[in-house]
Amino acid sequence: MKVNSPLEVYKYLPGDNCGVCGVETCMAFASKLISRSAKLSSCTPLLKDEYKDKFEKLEKLLEPEIREVEIGIGDRVVKIGGDDVLYRHKLTFFNKTALAYDVWDTMPESELIERVSHITDFKKFYVGEFLTADMVAIRSASNDPQKFASTVEKVMKATDLPLVLCSFNPEVLKAGAEIAAERRPLLYAATMENWQQMADIAKEYDLPIALFSPNDLDNLKSLAKTFSNMGMDNLVLDPGTYPTGKELNTTFNNIIKIRRAGIEGDRDIAYPIMAVPLTSWLVHKEKVTASYWETVIASVFTIKYGDIMILHSTEPYAMIPELQLGDTIYTDPRKPVTVDPGVYEVGSPTADSPLIITTNFALTYYTVESDLSSNAIDSYLVAVDTDGIGVEAAVAGGQLTASKIKQVLEESNFDLKERTSHNTLILPGLAARLQGDVEDHLGSNVLIGSADSGRLPGWMDKFWPPEK
Amino acid sequence: MAKKIKLSELTDMLQDLDVESLEGISIEGDIELDISGFGGGLNPAIAHALGHETAQLSIHLANIARILGYPVEQAFAAAAMGQSVPGEPEKRAAVPGRELNELISAKFEVSKVKEWTHPIQEVTFGATSSDGGSRKSTVTIGGENALPYYFDAPMPHRNYITMDVFDMPIGMAKAVKVNYEDVMQDPAEWAKKVVREFNADMVTVHLISTDPMINDTSARDASKVVEDVLQAVDVPIVIGGSGNPQKDPEVLEKAAEVAEGERVLLASASLNLDYERIAKAATDYGHAVLSWTQLEINAQKELNRKLMKQCNVPRESIVMDPTTAALGYGLDYAYTNMERIRLAGLMGDDELTFPMSSGTTNAWGARESWMKSSPMKEDSDWGPREYRGPIWEIVTGLSLALAGNDLFMMMHPTSVQVLKQITQTLYGSIEAESADITNWVGMEV
Ligand code: B12
Ligand code: SF4
Repeated sequence: MKVNSPLEVYKYLPGDNCGVCGVETCMAFASKLISRSAKLSSCTPLLKDEYKDKFEKLEKLLEPEIREVEIGIGDRVVKIGGDDVLYRHKLTFFNKTALAYDVWDTMPESELIERVSHITDFKKFYVGEFLTADMVAIRSASNDPQKFASTVEKVMKATDLPLVLCSFNPEVLKAGAEIAAERRPLLYAATMENWQQMADIAKEYDLPIALFSPNDLDNLKSLAKTFSNMGMDNLVLDPGTYPTGKELNTTFNNIIKIRRAGIEGDRDIAYPIMAVPLTSWLVHKEKVTASYWETVIASVFTIKYGDIMILHSTEPYAMIPELQLGDTIYTDPRKPVTVDPGVYEVGSPTADSPLIITTNFALTYYTVESDLSSNAIDSYLVAVDTDGIGVEAAVAGGQLTASKIKQVLEESNFDLKERTSHNTLILPGLAARLQGDVEDHLGSNVLIGSADSGRLPGWMDKFWPPEK
Repeated sequence: MAKKIKLSELTDMLQDLDVESLEGISIEGDIELDISGFGGGLNPAIAHALGHETAQLSIHLANIARILGYPVEQAFAAAAMGQSVPGEPEKRAAVPGRELNELISAKFEVSKVKEWTHPIQEVTFGATSSDGGSRKSTVTIGGENALPYYFDAPMPHRNYITMDVFDMPIGMAKAVKVNYEDVMQDPAEWAKKVVREFNADMVTVHLISTDPMINDTSARDASKVVEDVLQAVDVPIVIGGSGNPQKDPEVLEKAAEVAEGERVLLASASLNLDYERIAKAATDYGHAVLSWTQLEINAQKELNRKLMKQCNVPRESIVMDPTTAALGYGLDYAYTNMERIRLAGLMGDDELTFPMSSGTTNAWGARESWMKSSPMKEDSDWGPREYRGPIWEIVTGLSLALAGNDLFMMMHPTSVQVLKQITQTLYGSIEAESADITNWVGMEV
């Protein structure tokens, strides 16, 4: 965005401090706009006619440096781009790298459907949610419009994930676009050779389109400028992903250059970037090697500015780290991921069930929760408000204390003596040193659990129920 | 990105807003607050720590501003960017629906980063016979003038990998263990194996049996293992203690003594043990020292400062370990912490211009790397852990390589090989046949 401080934004707001936007003052709202945690349209007074000019100006000023492009429709829409910074600690990165796994139009139908389902259904639990693949990329290996169209049709029936349609042949791509247009796929790709016909297709169906200019940034910019001039701004830039040797270093630097120029204000090139780690399979024939190398390239460009990627390996050992790293780099560094403090029930606890203390750091909470539930341990799980800090760091930093534990039980109206038959709580092994304090503060018995919650089942066998 | 804000600028900014309550305050002189190294955000507590009398003033101002609902940190951040309030947004003449028959020509341009004005310190490990040691060759890390592999400036040294050797058999993930079962009883053989078979650039000897809670091996006995390893291999070595803050100083002192002349890396000095003793052992016997802190940039500055100022450790003997948390277990913190440290160093924070080392082996603590299958029933099949484990270590290391890490402490041979391959490819030292990607779409696999 073109503004850096709430002061600059404040000038454009009504200044009424009316609170309609959900915060108390215009200045507070301005700071939310700067941190990109509120939408301008929440200030309804600004939508009035008298402020029209200010609204429009501010809207422009607040636009992210890198344009945001939407692919797909409805719940499944994938947004890419929209970034404002080169380093995540300066703000945060927006719109996690979209991972598209490929299928191709020469696959036998049964294999195709199986692969599409695998891509669609793949999931890995992580802090309360499931990490999943974002898109399916359909490649035309046949170069035959009919074949491509019918593959697109089959894929659309098998998944509601957004699509990337891939062919350098305008006829083929058009056949696919015709079928899939209503689902708003990304078209791949316009090149120096085919750009006019590709532009026609993108325009006809009003679809986002990728521009491919292997290792030539002048041409890439030229394509982008031309498309933009023709009224098309839903663009994705692919400078080519060379998978090995010095060429990979060049690819790496091409992508850095494009993003740096975009963030620094060159609007002509400020679009989301595509990387294609799949090219690893052009040079490695052995499955594990190719898969490993592909994951490695995907990791590089998840960290360095790839907004969308096309991948081939659907092995879990490739997909899990790929999905996990996207989540890692795109979490908001400004705030730890937390759950609401409180007393949660795991399974169907009774008065004899254990009461387990943990923190409200999402990673800690969900790890413990999944250890309990997958071992069918009915229990009360208490998420103490540690400002989203894990057990050990919270003990070290003073966020996990006896009085904090007391507080959450009180606020949840959970009276240990009434609700449990044992008046006992179990502390994480790593919080052992709070034992005395907790006993004194709560007048309850305290047991020290295992260090890792994964060991709780074994620990329970030995120490639960507590001796009377 | 200028890194200074003048207090007068702050009042100007506030005046812009007609903030009346500030009118009574006048600021004499034009004091500059240096806020480099804090990622652009100055908070009054940090200003306070800078020890200026201006801190009082800034806190005062900040408090007033806060009472007015004014988001102080962000204003500082913005001002620190050194950007002026922009003019009107540029009006773009988009002509919807226009047809073009020719491409609009364009020249892509981007500038190099101007703020990266300070090189990272070079640190050399190992000494050859000409320098009084017995290593066949030395390893030098650091010296960067830009983020790794960036076109802004050539990277003088590649990344290096030092492989872990323990002075006793230890529990480890199965995928790792199968590689070492034959040598676990013998650290010297273990060291030979990682160098000869797994291509380790260096070897780390962890003297974990010295921990009073484990075997309480004496410092003297432990140092024999160091001698054995120095005999067994001719690469530079790292010597690690057990992590016990009471015992480590003694263990590392003795180890430093027997390794005199070999210029090892002593791991580590930290704020929770007697770092002075470790620093002294390093300087007395000519070694480098690892400055280890836990994911906190200010703690890292503090420890480095203490090592330099209080313990007189020369700059060319300091390496930092800002802590490695594994993928899925805090890598988001570890990555950004390292990246901030490296950026601050390049921009001239001389308490942070040191090369970095990562305990990448930590990745094996992540469940995903060693568990046979997911403990969650709803998860998709996790697939064979033989492949999952090494890639977990690789992705953890690679992420940190991109944040600026120089040296990697690692365990699994496949991880070592792949991490070397990718970091050296990005570094530009691996030749490969040119790949034709122009029609990747039509590829048959
Ligand atoms: C990530 C991290 C941070 C992040 C914290 C992010 C966050 N939101 O929590 C940041 C950078 C902020 C941080 C800061 C600090 N950290 Co820190 N940090 C770590 C690190 C690398 C990983 C911790 C982690 O996330 N683990 C994963 C989570 C899931 O684990 P967990 O919460 O402990 O939960 C597990 C168990 O406790 C158990 N469990 C949980 N609940 C329950 C309940 C029961 C009943 C049972 C039986 C078990 C159980 O099972 C869970 C799954 O295994 C560790 C080192 C390490 N590798 O462990 C250091 C570490 C925890 N940090 C440490 C320190 C000292 C600090 C600081 C004080 C450093 C400083 N100088 O400022 C600050 C304190 C900050 C604060 N409190 O405000 C020390 C703590 C030493 C000690 N024992 O006292 C550690 C161990 C590093 C070290 N080796 O010295 N840290
Ligand atoms: S709704 Fe608009 S005018 Fe009202 S307080 Fe919020 S920003 Fe100010």
